[in-house]
Amino acid sequence: MSTLTTPNPLMQLLRRRYPDITGKSLLQSITLPALGIAVFLVLWHLVAPQIDTSLGQFPTPANVWEQAGQLWDEHESEQARAAKFMDMQEARNARILAENPEAETRMRSYPGAPTFIDQIGTSLVTVLAGFLLATAIAVPLGILIGLNRYFAAATNPIIQILKPVSPLAWLPLVTMVVSATYVSDDPMFEKAFITSMITVTLCSLWPTLINTATGVSQVNPDLVNVSKVLQLPFWTHARKVVLPGAVPMIFTGLRVSLGIAWMVLIAAEMLAQNPGLGKFVWDEFQNGSSASLSRIMVAVITIGLIGYLLDRVMLLIQRKVAWDE
Amino acid sequence: MSKPHLELTGVSMSFDTPQGSFQALDTINLKIAKGEFVSLIGHSGCGKSTVLNIVAGLLQASKGGCILDGQEVNSPGPERAVVFQHHALMPWLTVYENVELAVKQVFRKTMSKQERRDWIQHNLELVNMAHAAHKRPGEISGGMAQRVGIARALSMRPRVLLMDEPFGALDALTRAHLQDALMNIQQDLNSTVIMITHDVDEAVLLSDRIVMMTNGPAATVGEELRIDLPRPRNRVTLADDPEYVHYRQAVLRFLYEKQRFPGKSEKAEAGDEVSTPAEQPAVAEIIQREPGSIDSSAHTDKEKAAVIEHS
Repeated sequence: MSTLTTPNPLMQLLRRRYPDITGKSLLQSITLPALGIAVFLVLWHLVAPQIDTSLGQFPTPANVWEQAGQLWDEHESEQARAAKFMDMQEARNARILAENPEAETRMRSYPGAPTFIDQIGTSLVTVLAGFLLATAIAVPLGILIGLNRYFAAATNPIIQILKPVSPLAWLPLVTMVVSATYVSDDPMFEKAFITSMITVTLCSLWPTLINTATGVSQVNPDLVNVSKVLQLPFWTHARKVVLPGAVPMIFTGLRVSLGIAWMVLIAAEMLAQNPGLGKFVWDEFQNGSSASLSRIMVAVITIGLIGYLLDRVMLLIQRKVAWDE
Repeated sequence: MSKPHLELTGVSMSFDTPQGSFQALDTINLKIAKGEFVSLIGHSGCGKSTVLNIVAGLLQASKGGCILDGQEVNSPGPERAVVFQHHALMPWLTVYENVELAVKQVFRKTMSKQERRDWIQHNLELVNMAHAAHKRPGEISGGMAQRVGIARALSMRPRVLLMDEPFGALDALTRAHLQDALMNIQQDLNSTVIMITHDVDEAVLLSDRIVMMTNGPAATVGEELRIDLPRPRNRVTLADDPEYVHYRQAVLRFLYEKQRFPGKSEKAEAGDEVSTPAEQPAVAEIIQREPGSIDSSAHTDKEKAAVIEHS
């Protein structure tokens, strides 16, 4: 029904992928966001030189773009060096083995500093670990709270008080507890990782917990009656009736939780010195070179993009899992 | 009737409300024989559903009790299967899985996997829904979903089938279809049924006995009417039948002459505040509930299904 007949290959491609969207709205759904971004970049470009900092003027989009390329180059050259380092070790080991087949050989991992890309990876692993731990706690607990109103009344004040606590308040406590309890000669994880992860968990489990409890308590009473008539055992009742009924609400909670987890993580990494994006920002801030502000801006944009992508991924999972989508 | 199959004795029910205790039911006595189809009819808010929920075991009577085959009822169970007004199918399970949930629970020890599968299939065929076994409740119409609700209840092989206004939310034509289907099934299985309705035609057409309830509060059994029409019954020929018309009139007389003003009967003089005009449905509404509004809801269901198939 589209009357718009531009022989634009991009439009044709998009129309083939989204046959439901009419030409006009398709055009709008691309041009308007693009326009928004363009206006933002122009404003940034114009305003940035007016802002003075102790490290020179505020970076413009061009500076940030340049530093993004720089960070990528650093990552590539670092990878090349790492590969070379490994090759050298292998060559040496081969030589030793050729002389003496009994000899013990060792491989060391590359001792270079983590690059920006490595730090993104660390951040993602940390946030997912913290988020999964939070989910593992919040969903079962939420189901119990939602099913039992006495339990709900008993836990409610504690949840309400702990919910608004900032990560910065938790972190020193978590650090102390982790450094006292997590003692091992050959630790599987860094202490900084554990500290950041637990802080993320503590701050991000609340929305999932509250939404799960609400979702469970709002399951259609008719369905609960069906379950009673069938005399479903508690476990089957929870699994077959309550949990699926609460899934849409649980996912709403999970998405909020993941957003909070990602925000908290950056602060936690800064303070706990977990080698992720938070530490990158902190190190650049301490470094104070002329490129630092641009590099921090690269991190800011990366953090924003990853936060957005995490939410989209959750949305995709929700569509796969939830029955009402 | 030597020993009744199901017996309610002196059932009274009062609820605690912020305004104090509210007596919904007062001394209800009812005996139901095996294979009997009994309709409970009465104005809205007279506590019909409360009676049903007590038989189902979902509510506990404050006084008196309910005995099924010599055993007191005090908790819900599959031998008293319930068909709910709004199908109450799990929206995340397919039609087949919804029935399976019941069959698995009730017959997990007595039936093999293959037997269970055949039994589910058999019950879906009974209500003519085998063709939609793999659809979700959101993808079928309200009438179809209600059929599945009935299939699920029947699949529990209940000793009593409890139906809470099973066709109340359906349009007139779908309702007629389902009533015929229910009549056939009941004839085949000879199941004991208690059905709540406020549709006079439905009650006369389907029942062996109509139990008419007085208006609440403190509602009780007002009159009982035995319907001695030969089965199988046909709604078209019956429409002209003088006996049918007579039965119909008797029920209408009870509802609109004897119980016309809820709360004004001698029994319930104390309860005037409950008898707001809003609680008394108009005559026309009861005899023929507006099909327009109901139609539209069924329509949206189908539209939803279309959207789902499209995406």
